[in-house]
Amino acid sequence: MAIDTETVRKIAFLSRLRIENSKIEETEKEFNHILDWIEQLNDVDTDNVEPLESVNDEALSLREDVVCEGNQRDEVLQNAPDAAYGYFVVPKVVE
Amino acid sequence: MSDLTRLTVGEAKKGLDKKAFSAEELTRAYLKKMEENRRLNAFVEEVPEKALAQARAADEKYARGEAGALEGIPLGIKDLFCTKGIKTTACSHILDGFVPPYESTVTEKLLEAGAVFLGKLNMDEFAMGGSNETSYYGPAINPWKAQGSNADLVPGGSSGGSAAAVAAEMCAAATGTDTGGSIRQPAAFCGVTGLKPTYGRCSRYGIVAFASSLDQAGPIAKDVSDCALLLNAMAGYDPKDSTSSKRAVPDFTAVLEQSVKGLKIGVPAEYRPEGLNPEAVSCWDKGIEMLRASGAEIVPISLPHTKYALAVYYIIAPAEASSNLARYDGIRYGLRVPGNSLDELYINTRTEGFGPEVRRRIMIGTYVLSAGYYDAYYLKAQKVRRLIRNDFIEAFKKCDVILTPTAPTDAFPLGDKSMSENPINMWLNDVFTVSVNLAGLPALSLPAGLSSRGLPLGLQLIGRAFDEETVLKTAYALEKEINFERK
Repeated sequence: MAIDTETVRKIAFLSRLRIENSKIEETEKEFNHILDWIEQLNDVDTDNVEPLESVNDEALSLREDVVCEGNQRDEVLQNAPDAAYGYFVVPKVVE
Repeated sequence: MSDLTRLTVGEAKKGLDKKAFSAEELTRAYLKKMEENRRLNAFVEEVPEKALAQARAADEKYARGEAGALEGIPLGIKDLFCTKGIKTTACSHILDGFVPPYESTVTEKLLEAGAVFLGKLNMDEFAMGGSNETSYYGPAINPWKAQGSNADLVPGGSSGGSAAAVAAEMCAAATGTDTGGSIRQPAAFCGVTGLKPTYGRCSRYGIVAFASSLDQAGPIAKDVSDCALLLNAMAGYDPKDSTSSKRAVPDFTAVLEQSVKGLKIGVPAEYRPEGLNPEAVSCWDKGIEMLRASGAEIVPISLPHTKYALAVYYIIAPAEASSNLARYDGIRYGLRVPGNSLDELYINTRTEGFGPEVRRRIMIGTYVLSAGYYDAYYLKAQKVRRLIRNDFIEAFKKCDVILTPTAPTDAFPLGDKSMSENPINMWLNDVFTVSVNLAGLPALSLPAGLSSRGLPLGLQLIGRAFDEETVLKTAYALEKEINFERK
């Protein structure tokens, strides 16, 4: 399943990453090289095999829906590159 | 006492208990080593003042007779663990200046046991790499050198700083994390011992997430017994990690002296592919003979899906990573590169903040999860993952523990062309270690001898889920026979 330039651009955008035009071809080649290598999985018969999502056999536990470590707004914001009035600051998103 | 840093954790603890030296003296000795070995770039953040304050507090605890299991033991912490008030960046530019307001559960437990933290250890960016060369802070360097050569060698990765620091005695022991071999391979390259516990044995809370279904924390230490001591403190259920296990945590040191007589050691045919480095083979064969001589029974086993493990891993790990790393958006913490719109800010920040290997994996992960490709890649990989796990379940019906080489080669030079030009060559380092993560099993690497170049080679022991004890006692028996001379 070889991928083309258009797909590379689309995946880059979905990943919120920029690939310079001069690097597109190289990335496409590298991607296809990796995907070719991954194709070997098609040799494995997986009919009637359930996908394995977790190796953990224990049931996930439920807990009471209560606040355990609340009121930490300032701690949450202390690493923000930009914060004001107790909020994160982002570029304008609504016209 | 100038040789305090030579002591293992167990020996140092005995010395502290007997008051042969103080925790402050011990910490100062390691801080001196840390300074002397800065060239190795093993630490990316040093916190000597905090360490000395912790050491003095430990001495007071000894005076009051309240010392914990690791009271006053100086440790290095992989930069993937969030440490309250100490910069934590996962060695990525995108986490510039991030100071966690909370402590990871594993480091919290180590602090409760009385450990002293010397600083944060170098690693591949977001634990993605096998040589420590993807670190934003430059690679850590292996303290070992090939005979007759002065070339710097990689310490392995991703926990390269941890393995290098323990080998160079810059800390008594270290924490690492292992997603595809990141504790075991660097331990092998640096001639130290590393244990990846069963998935769920240690809490992942507060460890910067890479691939959540595979990541597991564990110790890198000077010997097997120290790994057991460290794991005692690190393991246990944590309500903050729903995948951590509620199983009781045994005293892992209690079984070390037990005999391996009658134990069934599985030797998988598939780990001896044609063309495997003959030195790895001969090191493995010696280990097999030692265990046989100790009364263990050697059992040939088969793990037929082994050869697909790397391809499965390089679908599942990037898929999970692409999701986990979506949080680095320039809004809440770390680097922000401005843009005219929100999307532009995201793209500018992420393109500048992530290194090439991380960007590569995010894109692969995004692709295999994207509409139209999910079934062909991600679902297929999850199915083969089950077959790989079933292989181990079948094998463990015939044996108690599995012995293999840890890595196909010894440590390679920094900037190795064959690795940098083809990412798959770098990924092949994990060929003997990734299956263990896919199956969620415990495994340990111990130094087993030297290659013809005079560099350490590791042997790996793989156990049943939650049977770290058999892994540890077998490793302990092997360690006594091998009698490896640490750097």
